[in-house]
Amino acid sequence: MNPEINEDMTKPILQMNKMSKSFGGVQALKDVSFDVFPGDVLGIIGPNGSGKTTIVNCITGFVKPTSGRVYFKGKDITGKQPHKVADLGVTRTFQIMRPYYSLPAYKNLVIPLFSPRAKRTGGWRGGGRLGNRQTIAIDILEEIGFERDSYIPFKKTSTLPTGYLKRLELARCLALKPEIIICDEVFSGLSMSEIASMVPLIQRLQDEGITIVMIEHRLRELFQVANRVMVLNFGQKLIEGTPTEVMADEKVKEAYFGSEEVEEVMTYA
Amino acid sequence: MSTQELRKERIDRGIKVRSDGLYALMSLRELSYLTLPRFILIAGMISLPFLMPGMYWQRVISIVCIYAVLALSFDFLSHYVGLVSLGGAFFIGTGGYVAGILNTYYGVPPVLTVPLAAAIGGIFCTLMLLPCLPLKGVYFAIVTLMYPLFMARIIEAFDIFGGTDGIVGIDSFSSAFVEQYFVVCMVLIFLFGLRRFVTTDRGLIFTAIMDNDQAVKASGINITKYKALAVFIASSMGCMAGACLTHIYMWSGISQFALDFSILPIAATVIGGAGTLVGPILGCLILVPVSELLRDFGTLRIVFYASILVGFILFRSDGIMVFIQRKYEQFERWTKI
Repeated sequence: MNPEINEDMTKPILQMNKMSKSFGGVQALKDVSFDVFPGDVLGIIGPNGSGKTTIVNCITGFVKPTSGRVYFKGKDITGKQPHKVADLGVTRTFQIMRPYYSLPAYKNLVIPLFSPRAKRTGGWRGGGRLGNRQTIAIDILEEIGFERDSYIPFKKTSTLPTGYLKRLELARCLALKPEIIICDEVFSGLSMSEIASMVPLIQRLQDEGITIVMIEHRLRELFQVANRVMVLNFGQKLIEGTPTEVMADEKVKEAYFGSEEVEEVMTYA
Repeated sequence: MSTQELRKERIDRGIKVRSDGLYALMSLRELSYLTLPRFILIAGMISLPFLMPGMYWQRVISIVCIYAVLALSFDFLSHYVGLVSLGGAFFIGTGGYVAGILNTYYGVPPVLTVPLAAAIGGIFCTLMLLPCLPLKGVYFAIVTLMYPLFMARIIEAFDIFGGTDGIVGIDSFSSAFVEQYFVVCMVLIFLFGLRRFVTTDRGLIFTAIMDNDQAVKASGINITKYKALAVFIASSMGCMAGACLTHIYMWSGISQFALDFSILPIAATVIGGAGTLVGPILGCLILVPVSELLRDFGTLRIVFYASILVGFILFRSDGIMVFIQRKYEQFERWTKI
């Protein structure tokens, strides 16, 4: 574990306090509160439309919450602009990948490496000083699974398959030397073998002391990496606990399978 | 073998591949492959005033250069930053008036008014456009189209800066030679400067904002700051061109806010090749003289003009420059499917 990142393991690094958000008449989030502790991998699951991505948007400033507050290391970051939140080290990936399609893959990372935060920290492996951005970009890509020998970092982003684009999303966060990465469905749209190679990557990031919040539909892989799981349904928090607790919970089964079908599904399972 | 079993394929010429990167230094042939097009452009632009018969056509060249700078700024904003700006007239008018005011009211010589107009006008235009920066695409275009009309009406209604008569008695450049070479050099410096700038790391941010502004925000970069910087670069280029126009005509008036200055650069960019930066200059070199030649036809001029444009958009929508570049870098051959 990196000592400078986790000064105090007992204080939550990210806190959400009674967060609500409504879009017109639709209440996307209702009084959701949770804490994330340093070094945690928190999984957030829930059926489609249960408000998972809205949580990410509220934390990172892409959407202003209707009420409630977000604290990062005890500091209020509610309603801050997205670039200021990212500047603090709270980074995110996008569910629908947002690479720069007209640039080669490695130049995608030149952009985050140009940010004020990267200048201060020197990028993922940087010791406070930023060297040549393009070299650092290629190094980060190689570490995250782009094969340098096959020239994949130099290919145009629009020609890359989904697996690499998802990694590129993570790489963009890493270039900022993040304290928290909020992954919005990094496994979705990937093949089984691609997911299998992503899981160790997430575990490695956790070992390096990066706190991770994962929003996911792939429960099997999520339960491998997460140490706590929160379940959302219709914008409300159903339950929070360890993966085993959550799996055993009746309310969760009901949310996922509907109340009438639970018994039927359980007999198949 | 019938043509149905064949297809055309394009392959990079060997010399193009050989002259990529450091390898260009291997032989004179590779070096000249890279430098020749640039040399032709520079030599062509510099010799243009000499080649023109008479004062009238030399003046046309100055106007070509002014439009070329505007078209460059349009191409930069729309294809490297993603802000489609119809504010060419706004930039020209602002630059023209700033230069005119500085020259007549404060007696600043043209040597200083041109750079001052670029700086002051650029800041003014950026401040005016600042509230519109969150807008994208066609919405930004609409707002920028409104500004020149707005400025012209304000000057007319409040009767400031000479009102509808404009500011008269502005100094001209010291000689025709100075005038022409100043504008020609301005075009060349802006062209090569911008080409260099868009490939730097800072320049890449603009391309990234065009591709995906949300991802740039998530990268911890303030996109409003960078958009403002881009608008400042583009508008100060336009203002500089406007200041030159004022000194060439020795007059600045509300017709400098005319929409010609917004529309012609766009037409030139379409004809020349969008996103190439050289293309818009070529487009201006074609369009402005053509419009002068068509003067004999009176109002029919617009009909010819429009036909040329429609023809280009239909049959060569990627523009002359893209076509030339492809022919220069690649060859075509038939292969079996």
